Amino acid sequence: MTAMLTANNGTRLAVLGLALLALVTLPLWMPGIYYVNVGSQILFYAVFALGLNVLVGYAGLVSLGHAGLFGISAYATGYMLQLGAGHSVAIVVALIVGVASMAVFALLSLRSSGIGFIMITLALGEILWGLAYRWISLTGGDNGISVRGRPAPFGYSLTDPVHFYYAALAVFIVAVVMVAIFVRSPFGASLMGTRDQPRRMNALGYHVWMIRFYACLFSGLLTAVSGILFVYYTNFISPQTLALTSSAEVLLMVISGGPGTLLGPIVGAALVVVIKTVVSGFIERWNFLLGAIFVAIVILVPEGIVPGTVRLWQLITRKRVSAPAANAEAASSEAAP
Amino acid sequence: MSRKVTRRRFMAATAAGAALATFKFPSPAIAQAAPFKLGLLTVKTGPLAQGGIQMEQGVLTYLKEKNNMFGGRKVEFFSADTGGSPAGTKTKVQELIERDKVDTVLGPLAAFELLAITDYIAEHKTPMLSLAGAEDITQRRPNPYFLRPSATSAQAMHPMADFAAKELKLKRVVTVSEDFAFGHEQMGGFQETFEGAGGKVVNKIWPPLVTPDYTPFVAQIADCDGVCQGFAGSNPLRFMKTYAAAGLKFPVVTGETGGDDALLRIMGDEFLGMYSCCPYTLDLANDSNKRFVAAMQKDFSVDPGFYAAGLYVATQVVDEGLKLAGGKSDDHEALTKAMRSVKLKDTPRGDLSFDHFGNVVGDFFIRRVEKANGKYINKTLKTYKNVSQFWTYDEKTFLSRPVYSRNYPPVKS
Repeated sequence: MTAMLTANNGTRLAVLGLALLALVTLPLWMPGIYYVNVGSQILFYAVFALGLNVLVGYAGLVSLGHAGLFGISAYATGYMLQLGAGHSVAIVVALIVGVASMAVFALLSLRSSGIGFIMITLALGEILWGLAYRWISLTGGDNGISVRGRPAPFGYSLTDPVHFYYAALAVFIVAVVMVAIFVRSPFGASLMGTRDQPRRMNALGYHVWMIRFYACLFSGLLTAVSGILFVYYTNFISPQTLALTSSAEVLLMVISGGPGTLLGPIVGAALVVVIKTVVSGFIERWNFLLGAIFVAIVILVPEGIVPGTVRLWQLITRKRVSAPAANAEAASSEAAP
Repeated sequence: MSRKVTRRRFMAATAAGAALATFKFPSPAIAQAAPFKLGLLTVKTGPLAQGGIQMEQGVLTYLKEKNNMFGGRKVEFFSADTGGSPAGTKTKVQELIERDKVDTVLGPLAAFELLAITDYIAEHKTPMLSLAGAEDITQRRPNPYFLRPSATSAQAMHPMADFAAKELKLKRVVTVSEDFAFGHEQMGGFQETFEGAGGKVVNKIWPPLVTPDYTPFVAQIADCDGVCQGFAGSNPLRFMKTYAAAGLKFPVVTGETGGDDALLRIMGDEFLGMYSCCPYTLDLANDSNKRFVAAMQKDFSVDPGFYAAGLYVATQVVDEGLKLAGGKSDDHEALTKAMRSVKLKDTPRGDLSFDHFGNVVGDFFIRRVEKANGKYINKTLKTYKNVSQFWTYDEKTFLSRPVYSRNYPPVKS
């Protein structure tokens, strides 16, 4: 039985290793630059979804204002560059602005949870959208801000799409590792505690509000990072990026992939980006297809693609092993999900 | 709609044809010229889809008329749906340029889409012909690879304001338009010319793009003898209905989107007597327009409007430019130059040429909505010939002023 468990772990490691290898070598086997660019988009949207997942999945707080935070860091980058600042200054300022706005968001919205939290973040996101739209002297209004050029860290110019892909991949891997450490840390455990039993956590002496506040800041940091990657990728930022539909889209990425799992948001981001960019070129009614897929997810794997697939896989493989082994495995997987 | 050539069907047919050709003629002695690749960025989903679908129909109509051949070169057509968002437009233009390797891009539809990709287009040196308004792309932020064969946002409003002041003898006008760049630029152009001709804009009202009910905005229209509206999409219909329901009778003037011919079939009596200025008019009696209107009615059972005509003319300019460039499309700089030097007489919008920024110099038509044989028509009353984006202003003076915006020119109290 232990051999079986290690075999499972081995499979898991092998799959992760293969996925990593595929990501690293992606520019070599993709048929063209266009697909490398799609890869870059998946990576920074995955970072965005990972950031939102910290709140949605681990803290149980659903935010509908994250596109506002995503956009405000993108705007900060664009505005700093427009003022003539260097790339590193622009990026640092954008990170600070992104996290600081998240802090303000959290101060206002953490007064409640559940539906109240959703409504407050929704309103705050819309306020940011309105500011981007109306504060024309700062944001250029509807015309947006154009960003010229991409940074060149250590002389490695990111203007080349393949270089940009690798930069996005590096950021992505750092983000995944950060989230993985975060989830396994005692702090991560206490955050999940506030999600499942906030009152009991309070009674145990945990400061629920403060734990949620720090989780918000971490989520804001990842969101800001992805916003900066986004603005350097598109070289353009306009109010549409901050609109409610963008917030809903990233929330769909998290929910379809599997909230509260490490890989779920990544798979969800890949699904949405591929359908939106690649499949839409072949199917005119791609919105319909996306909707149908979400309905299928809700019916077949309501917990999300990643945990759902794992469950289905276990269902299939369990038939082949003897009953006691299966029971033991079920017990162990319950103990350490 | 079975006649509609979708991208997939088109690609499949092209592929099948190519496969058949290679099968039948294993090694042609004379190398055929490579196909000319034409890309289109349009919007087929969301609130802008109505215009976007007409855009594609305009291109398909021209390609069908020419049997998919531009001066001896076969045309491969790629159409991409941007979804009406700047980020989507960026992705789709990358698809067209980097994956499909198109020689020329047509579209996009909206100004914010155009602004999101103008730098990218210049960087990749691909000629682009769009009908998006965004004034500055042919003014203060020119793009050497850009052509606009339709009109800038304000180009139709200058003659409209001239007509309103001199022929309709309006003195005090309230403007109402959507609160986005295209609306701001349209109303700015109207105000500049109207006040130059002795009139006065007394109030500018800006409802948001998505407004469920125009009543509170219509209620602000007062102390005037005329109204200028700049709505786009299906908003003109809802605005005019609310306007008439409020019992207001001031004459209404508008631009190419507010009085689009494509709206005629869904108009009501509230539109009767509305004046519009447009770079295309359905009733222009020349050969090219008759051919175009007949083909659109036959293939798509619709009357073409500004969007379909705009893209038909754009495709015509590409065809003509390719001829001037000797059929060569490898040198994109030369190809853009050739397109900009195009001078056409027989187009659905009449004479057309380009200024040195790549913006059209052409005819603008003042029309009034009337009823004939139970159908609503836009009856052309006056044609302003050879209107440039600078109207009658000196180019230098015009460019030294800020771009038309929500606050420029300001309302003088």
